[in-house]
Amino acid sequence: MKRSLERHLNILEFTLASLLRRRGKNLSLLAMYLLVVFILASLLFFVAALKREAAIILNDAPDMIVQRLMAGRQDLVPVRYAAEIAQIRGVAAVRPRYWGYYYDTLNGANYTIMASDDPALPPESAAIGSGVAKARNLKVGDLLPLTSYNRAPVMLEIHSIFSSSADLIAADTILMPPADFQKLFNFPNSQATDLAVSVRNPQELPTVAAKIASQYPDSRPILKREIQRTYQSIFDWRGGMTLMVLTSALLSFIIFAWDKGTGLSAEERKEIGILKSIGWETSDVLLLKFWEGIVISLTAFLLGVVLAYGHVFFLSAPLFAQALKGWSVLYPSFQLVPVVDLYQITVLFFLTVVPYTAATIIPCWRAATIDPDTAMRY
Amino acid sequence: MILQPAVLALLLIALLVSGMGMYAGYYGIRISGAWAPASGSELQLELERRTYLVSTVMSYILSFELMSLFLFIYTAEELHTLFAGAMCAAGTLAVNSFGYPTLLLKIVNFLLAGVWLIVNYVDNKGYDYPLIRVKYELLNLVVPLLVLESVLLCAYFAGVKPDIITSCCGSLFSSESGSYSGDLASLPHLPMQIAFFSGMAITTASGLFFYVKVRAGYLFSIATASTFLISAASIISFICLYIYELPTHHCPFCLLQKEYGYIGYVLYATLFCGAVAGIGVGVLMPFRKVGSLVRVLPAIQRRLALVTLLCYLLFTAIVVWKMAFSALKLG
Repeated sequence: MKRSLERHLNILEFTLASLLRRRGKNLSLLAMYLLVVFILASLLFFVAALKREAAIILNDAPDMIVQRLMAGRQDLVPVRYAAEIAQIRGVAAVRPRYWGYYYDTLNGANYTIMASDDPALPPESAAIGSGVAKARNLKVGDLLPLTSYNRAPVMLEIHSIFSSSADLIAADTILMPPADFQKLFNFPNSQATDLAVSVRNPQELPTVAAKIASQYPDSRPILKREIQRTYQSIFDWRGGMTLMVLTSALLSFIIFAWDKGTGLSAEERKEIGILKSIGWETSDVLLLKFWEGIVISLTAFLLGVVLAYGHVFFLSAPLFAQALKGWSVLYPSFQLVPVVDLYQITVLFFLTVVPYTAATIIPCWRAATIDPDTAMRY
Repeated sequence: MILQPAVLALLLIALLVSGMGMYAGYYGIRISGAWAPASGSELQLELERRTYLVSTVMSYILSFELMSLFLFIYTAEELHTLFAGAMCAAGTLAVNSFGYPTLLLKIVNFLLAGVWLIVNYVDNKGYDYPLIRVKYELLNLVVPLLVLESVLLCAYFAGVKPDIITSCCGSLFSSESGSYSGDLASLPHLPMQIAFFSGMAITTASGLFFYVKVRAGYLFSIATASTFLISAASIISFICLYIYELPTHHCPFCLLQKEYGYIGYVLYATLFCGAVAGIGVGVLMPFRKVGSLVRVLPAIQRRLALVTLLCYLLFTAIVVWKMAFSALKLG
């Protein structure tokens, strides 16, 4: 046991020395490897962080949303539906929601406008997200001028500004009392944008949804679970698509590694020839090559992962953000919560180290099986 | 089709493993056809060199298989949120009819690759490569299975469609009624407990006997293999109940979760490791009389038997510990 461990240690020591002797060649390989790991790791970390962020936000979403469809498009829901749905057994509460989008001609941004029943919000006032505050340069107490549906001005006093910790949810939000909301959009009375339904026992959600769907054939109940599922697969899909695009980079790296492995320099051939003529066996040289692969792979992998961690969680992934987040004029700036689990690391390992190893098996074997005399004759 | 990084990684590994397997298999056929150790011809020298390549490739395949087995289960676990009604990996694998066959084949391939490596190790100990034909015939059995596994894996992931919001929800609710509950058929727990502990006892006794006397290797090997199957059934039947402390949850995959301290990894690793070593003892039995192996083989077999004993004992110890300290008591 001890002897075989010593053999490995000795060969590892020799490997490190010989890698350092050919610094230039190995550093160029390491740099390419590092770049591939870094890009793929950034991608995986970023997608996983966005998925987690979406999951956290959706946790507070209502259990079920009931929309109404008209000619295949979403339409306003009559408020009387709410009282009738509340009669269904198992339903805890039904709350009509009033919300819409407001296009601001001044800066080209879209705001999300919601009516709020909060009694703390006095008439003709509004609570706004920090994104809106920044875009319109507003402080608490200022007046926010909006243009109503018939071009009449609606002036709202800023009552409060949400803290930037809520940015991801509320950066573009304006909350106002129902009366002002009605005035702004000429919103029809006794209609709501949609209904938020909460159900006591989550197991009954599908049954309640089926009941609503059969009672109101024009309604479209959407469960929170379905929204979560859709978000998960959208982020997975985006990550996978980007990964497919990056496959070409991965492939060219593998070809590069193969090429590096096959094109032994005269010096290396000579080295292997000398080793074999002083008594090293083919399996020893294979072991040497194996350790060489391990040293390069692990160095590139660990460095790449650390760099990607910094790139995603400290710099918010500037390389991928545009492609993966989606975009908008008032995009919230947010710091992703740094969490990396073993699963992502394993997937990354499979996407980088495994193909590299597979690509170098045959070149290593070629190098290990050359005859000492042919090798030294070079 | 789900375009998720882990799925792509699994498909990549499947392609690599079957490609490498076919490459190794091709040289396996050539070697077993033209092997003539007494000859010094150029072909023989070339083939002797190729044996190094084939065994290197196989050892990589084994390690990739082992890692991808766990990655596959973990990915199935991750994906369960995409399917209405799936609670964990058990439900994800039941989404289409290729899930469970892929998993089973992955396990079988891992065991076969392990046994192959043991034979290969022994073969390299004899100066005249005495097991070379056996080795490459076994390889020709393993390679088609590796390729089949990749085909099944591709078919499984190609047939998986997440249940996402559609413009009309009616179809979704109807599919939820026929949900992928993933209930696994479980055997009654009391007879399984008896079978499990007696299987372990027989394996330990025959293992100790083999270790001391180096006899009855076949008995030990058969006992190991059957105990492996019994233990796998026991995990579903009663071991997991004690770990989850729930009398109805028979899932063999949730054991791998953080909630249960990743205990599943230890359980499965000891079980698989023990099985590979124990089956290896039996596979090596016919070659005890081979000239160049007479001296080395018993020592190797004894070491393998010891590995099996230690692994199985650790497995049993964990099970007993969990049964004794579980809040659940099965009547």
